[in-house]
Amino acid sequence: MTASSLESGSRGAGNKVGTRNVLAKIWQQDGPGYMFLLPWLIGFFGLTVGPMVTSLYLSFTDFDLLTDPNWVGASNYVRMFTADPKFAAAMRVTFFFVIFSVPLKLAFALLVAMLLNRGLRGLPLYRAIFYLPSLLGTSVAIAILWRQLFAGDGLVNQFLANFGIDGPSWISNPRYSLWTLIVLSVWQFGSPMIIFLAGLRQIPQDMYEAASLDGASKFRQFYKITLPLLTPVVFFNAIVQTIEAFKSFTPAFVISGGTGAPINSTLFYTLYLYQEAFGFFRMGYASALAWFLLAMIAAFTAFSFLTSKYWVHYDD
Amino acid sequence: MAASVELKKIRKSYGDVEVIHGIDLMIEPGEFTVFVGPSGCGKSTLLRMIAGLEPITGGDMLIEGDRMNEVPAAKRGIAMVFQSYALYPHMSVYKNLSFGLETARAPKEEIERKVKRAAEILQIEPLLQRKPKALSGGQRQRVAIGRAITREPRLFLFDEPLSNLDAELRVQMRVEIAKLHNDLGNTMIYVTHDQIEAMTMADKIVVLSAGHIEQAGPPLELYNNPKNLFVAGFIGSPKMNFLKAKVEGQDAGSAKLAVAGSSLTFDRKVNASQGDEVTFGVRPEHITITEGSGKHFSTVTVDLVEHLGGQTIIYTTTPDGTAMTLALEGQREVPLGSQIETYIDTKRCHVFNAAGDVV
Repeated sequence: MTASSLESGSRGAGNKVGTRNVLAKIWQQDGPGYMFLLPWLIGFFGLTVGPMVTSLYLSFTDFDLLTDPNWVGASNYVRMFTADPKFAAAMRVTFFFVIFSVPLKLAFALLVAMLLNRGLRGLPLYRAIFYLPSLLGTSVAIAILWRQLFAGDGLVNQFLANFGIDGPSWISNPRYSLWTLIVLSVWQFGSPMIIFLAGLRQIPQDMYEAASLDGASKFRQFYKITLPLLTPVVFFNAIVQTIEAFKSFTPAFVISGGTGAPINSTLFYTLYLYQEAFGFFRMGYASALAWFLLAMIAAFTAFSFLTSKYWVHYDD
Repeated sequence: MAASVELKKIRKSYGDVEVIHGIDLMIEPGEFTVFVGPSGCGKSTLLRMIAGLEPITGGDMLIEGDRMNEVPAAKRGIAMVFQSYALYPHMSVYKNLSFGLETARAPKEEIERKVKRAAEILQIEPLLQRKPKALSGGQRQRVAIGRAITREPRLFLFDEPLSNLDAELRVQMRVEIAKLHNDLGNTMIYVTHDQIEAMTMADKIVVLSAGHIEQAGPPLELYNNPKNLFVAGFIGSPKMNFLKAKVEGQDAGSAKLAVAGSSLTFDRKVNASQGDEVTFGVRPEHITITEGSGKHFSTVTVDLVEHLGGQTIIYTTTPDGTAMTLALEGQREVPLGSQIETYIDTKRCHVFNAAGDVV
């Protein structure tokens, strides 16, 4: 062994010891923290990142749950836009639902928040009552209840009958079925309402006093002061509720019996995705649908953030 | 354009709790009136009642002789500058200034003219396109005042407008508001808890305590002739010295008081009987240590000396153990712990009875 090889060998051994020391130091310093994080890390990588990466791979295959997946390139994505009329129907239904349910829900939530912000006695009780549907809204039980309410002989029609109105079967009529789901979504206004209420309370009272001294009516105060100062909260709620609306599944599944009926009028995107995955076992195609949904939501969110500088007013 | 304001037996209650107890006050057109008093005395509440932001429980509030109790705030012809400035954060300075005029649907040319005028008066023309968040505290304050000016009100109300500014800026803005009053000539009502602001700006000071007016009048009138212990203690800095005293005797033109271990003869009668326990009040700046500059008062022990440059503040203890402050002109070297002789001009001293009223 030459002198130089001896030297490099001892240097290599020194490096190993040095690395070990650094690792030991990191472990000593941060080890307990990582141990506490471990349950979450296992869940995050095992149940979120892993399946996501797998589904991205599967979206380029013809996987059917039973046989090995074969690489098909972008053909699943091409099929979506060129050879799948049900995909177009699901997109139409989902966009209709998003475009109408989100603004209506936000407007209703803001209206109730403004009413509750007027120094009402028993406010915590009302807040809890109004928040309740948000907790129950996406449950199967509420969807079943909704089906009973809006059925041909449901409570809504029984109520309308008192006024001599012969109501249609809201759920089985394609003209109204999606609207019953929109109403159900609006009814779950509790969560954005609580956030609006917190936002309203942040607006200093003397802004309104200054405006009232300036002769501004309540309506002018609302659209010149309340609404602009509330735009950060509107922005947040709009993004969260839009993502929720894109992902909406349970009510449509329960009310239509998992079919999107009548005539695909309640065929939400996620419901169609579910049908493809677990009805027809086209896991590869369903994965492609899921990734396209993610891309749509990401594009919407990015667009919202890009345009926010024109309409969202931050105080600082 | 200036208006008179008259308050007649004004009362304010929140439920069963009365916080303003029948206030009577006359404010002349063009007068700069300052409401001053400690926190919770009702000065801001009174201002807000005049503004129309708080309902009046009882009594009458008149502007130019017209009863205003039920008139909405916007129709009282007033403008108010808030402690927090209350600028609209999402609007430019120009929009903040023009908001009231736009609300009143004033013609565009008129809006531009009035905004320009206010901006000129307050020297904020370069800031017109900025948002409030891009302004310093002093600039925000100017914009808040500008917003009031554009409305051309007959009455300006200021609710502690300088309390969010640092000491230097406060002095600067104080001067500017006083100049603004001279230039515009409007009636102004100004609320503060800072008696120096009150003394330097006011034509008339209204000292409030617990929902009552303790005394109202020109600043020097309150300084020289306070009606009671509260006003005597509140007006003036450093605060007036209060010492326990006893009336030893009096005749037609003089009175003799035992105070701070000395016997002091007053050249006037006091409205108290021999043997009465009273409070003797003397301002720190009315005590001297120069022999022959007044009547000998007391020999005091020096506890602490503060050199302010133009003035020397000396904290002392009298022979009976009461703290007493002296404010001497110029720079004085006084050793700590030394005993010094003090002299006073009894014409500038005050005597208060047990109820706190001057006698």
